[in-house]
Amino acid sequence: MKAIAIGFAAGVLFGTGLVVARMTDPRVVLAFLDVAGAWNPSLLFVMGGAAGTFGLFYAVTMRRRAPLVGPSLRLPSERPLDARLFLGTAIFGVGWGLAGLCPGPALTSMVTGSTATLAFVAAMIAGVALAGRTSAVQADTRRTVSQSDSAR
Amino acid sequence: MAAALLGGILIGTASGLVFLLLGRIAGITGILTGAWPAPRRWWTWRAAFLAGLVLAGAVGAHLAPDRVTGSTASLPLALVAGLLVGFGARYGGGCTSGHGVCGVGRLSRRSIVGCATFMVVAMIVVFVARHAAGAS
Repeated sequence: MKAIAIGFAAGVLFGTGLVVARMTDPRVVLAFLDVAGAWNPSLLFVMGGAAGTFGLFYAVTMRRRAPLVGPSLRLPSERPLDARLFLGTAIFGVGWGLAGLCPGPALTSMVTGSTATLAFVAAMIAGVALAGRTSAVQADTRRTVSQSDSAR
Repeated sequence: MAAALLGGILIGTASGLVFLLLGRIAGITGILTGAWPAPRRWWTWRAAFLAGLVLAGAVGAHLAPDRVTGSTASLPLALVAGLLVGFGARYGGGCTSGHGVCGVGRLSRRSIVGCATFMVVAMIVVFVARHAAGAS
């Protein structure tokens, strides 16, 4: 119950941050990506502020070696740079550049009722499911599920 | 730029609280995947997170409709872009929040490289769409 409340509150906070930072307006995101046009650097401040703040929480949490409420700390394993990383993030970058939407802002702006946003979210979930069918991701999921979240 | 920085701090605090309290990395794609379509045993907080995200957007769209505009892309473009974003994020191990916020925030080499990759690729795509394609 506590975890559900924390998840909900964090979701509200995350979504509020996206709205405050105007990441829910694809024009702002595309203006950042348009380095040859009227460049809008605001996304750098959003990402810098977010990564810096997360870094502080990360340092405190790692020093404690355990979360305050959850059963255990779980971090992605630091694997070497591989083709999968480059291919996946490049594919992501193509989609991001085409629409100016990434997963967080897309979900947050679903309620605008814009057909394009709803279509984007539906296709995005299909894309996530599709990637889950590749052998690389399946091998990963097997490894993670066998050890992850088992305390609940 | 102050609003951008403040928004970023709110986003970082949200992700930071999930890590400090629950011990999990709050990347949106990871949360989405863990809630559905590949539910983990502990999926409930993830679903609650997504509900909170959508609720914040609803309130935001009501209070400041100019900030929560949604996409104005054509339907085919939105479908293609969504599919690529979803597939790429899961295949590449994270999106703008998983790699960009949490990964860069904890100085993961993989995430820094991944974040640089999708930024450069997206910039090339926007350049081609707005400048190169129009000029030819």
